Amino acid sequence: MEWFLANSGTVFQRAGEHLVLALIPMVLGLLISVPLGQLARRNRTLRTVVTTASSLLYTIPSLALFIILPPILGTRILDPLNVVVALTIYAVALLVRAAMDAFDSVDDDLRMAAVSMGFKPAARFLQIDLPLSLPVLFAGLRVVSVSNISLVSVAALLGVGNLGILFTDGLQRTFVTEVVVGIIAILLLALVMDTVLVLLEKLLTPWTRAGAATARQDSQAAKFIADAEVHAEAAR
Amino acid sequence: MSDIFTDTFAWLTDPDHWSGSGGIATRLLEHLEYSGLVLLIAAAIAVPVGLFIGHTGHGRVAAVAFAGALRALPTLGLLVLFALLAGSGLMPPVWALVILTVPPLLAGTYAGISSVDPTVVDAARAMGMTELQVLFRVELPNGLQVMFGGIRTAVLQVIATVSVVAYLPLGGLGRYLFDGLVLQDFPRMLGGSLLIAALAIAVDLVLAVAERIFLPHGLSIDSRGGHKAAGDLAAAAPAGAAVQGGTA
Repeated sequence: MEWFLANSGTVFQRAGEHLVLALIPMVLGLLISVPLGQLARRNRTLRTVVTTASSLLYTIPSLALFIILPPILGTRILDPLNVVVALTIYAVALLVRAAMDAFDSVDDDLRMAAVSMGFKPAARFLQIDLPLSLPVLFAGLRVVSVSNISLVSVAALLGVGNLGILFTDGLQRTFVTEVVVGIIAILLLALVMDTVLVLLEKLLTPWTRAGAATARQDSQAAKFIADAEVHAEAAR
Repeated sequence: MSDIFTDTFAWLTDPDHWSGSGGIATRLLEHLEYSGLVLLIAAAIAVPVGLFIGHTGHGRVAAVAFAGALRALPTLGLLVLFALLAGSGLMPPVWALVILTVPPLLAGTYAGISSVDPTVVDAARAMGMTELQVLFRVELPNGLQVMFGGIRTAVLQVIATVSVVAYLPLGGLGRYLFDGLVLQDFPRMLGGSLLIAALAIAVDLVLAVAERIFLPHGLSIDSRGGHKAAGDLAAAAPAGAAVQGGTA
């Protein structure tokens, strides 16, 4: 506690770096996955390619990817960009499957009703498909958020600044307190992010509180969470 | 940039780098040994508990909450903490890895067992099977496909995390990354990274093949043809059920 109070400035700075490195890939991943998921849902070949590529990329351990990327991107090994790109790849690998599941979960009758009401394809996608997919998409985002926050700390092994530095520094100085502070800080960060995502989802999907009409989406979301627990996350 | 790849290729294909105590063959074996040890201990804990929870439904909420909380634990932090508290050697990081491996194995086992159609389980009971027979002859073979999903995740996670233990410092393929970092020897780092990535992909492939070989056998061994058909029917009916029957 004393150490934390004396060094709270550093810890908060590291936490800030950590949050940025975890958040940017999540947002980029979402921006890439939603259109890609919608395209892949409608094109069988693309769907196969996307599913295969995402599971292959997800297999590569993060520490290895942090080192394989620099020569490909032309960056230096310490460049935080490597971490952002690597985590974006993981986020896309996970979210694109969530997006396909999410769009599949939307009732076709609703789509047809929208078309017969005169919705153009783009408007239908933005006003019908996307909002109704939010529960499943958010389930995917929550998994990405937790796994990103854990993965960012691995980058500290290569010297990239974030809360993981407290671990490498703590090991070098055989200073347990620093390591414990790091673990607690990361757990808190993950908890705060998860809470924000849950609140955001509630805010964006007010109809889910209305009742049974969305049971199907809920079961899809529950299924995705169950899948993800089995499948995805994993501090690699 | 191309010279980095040439150098790395040269590093990887140099026979001197493959033999000896710090050679790739030795490191690969160490990597697999650590991973195997962790998986064995974790499975000895997670599988019985997962079977129990999946079969009885007791402790489901606690297990999900427990697995969720563990998921947020940073791998590196836990490894370092164990190394600092319990001293050097192989076992402290192995225990840290076991803690991180139990949740996906537990979730996979539990999800596999509870994915089995309840009517199939009821039918088995009605035929007079004991609870243990229901579990091992009906639920386990029918839930194996979903369980395999959890096993694959756990194995890949362990292989990935074992690369990190080289930092502590221990052996395994991760050695090349950290030695290369200290020596500013990038071909060695990149070569080691490619080996780790290749190992992960190869192991995943082996597991995928194993899944194909074991699954139909596991379902047919108990002459479960009828159950499989029942499962297919259930999958064809409501969308939700179809999804639940799918691979995790």
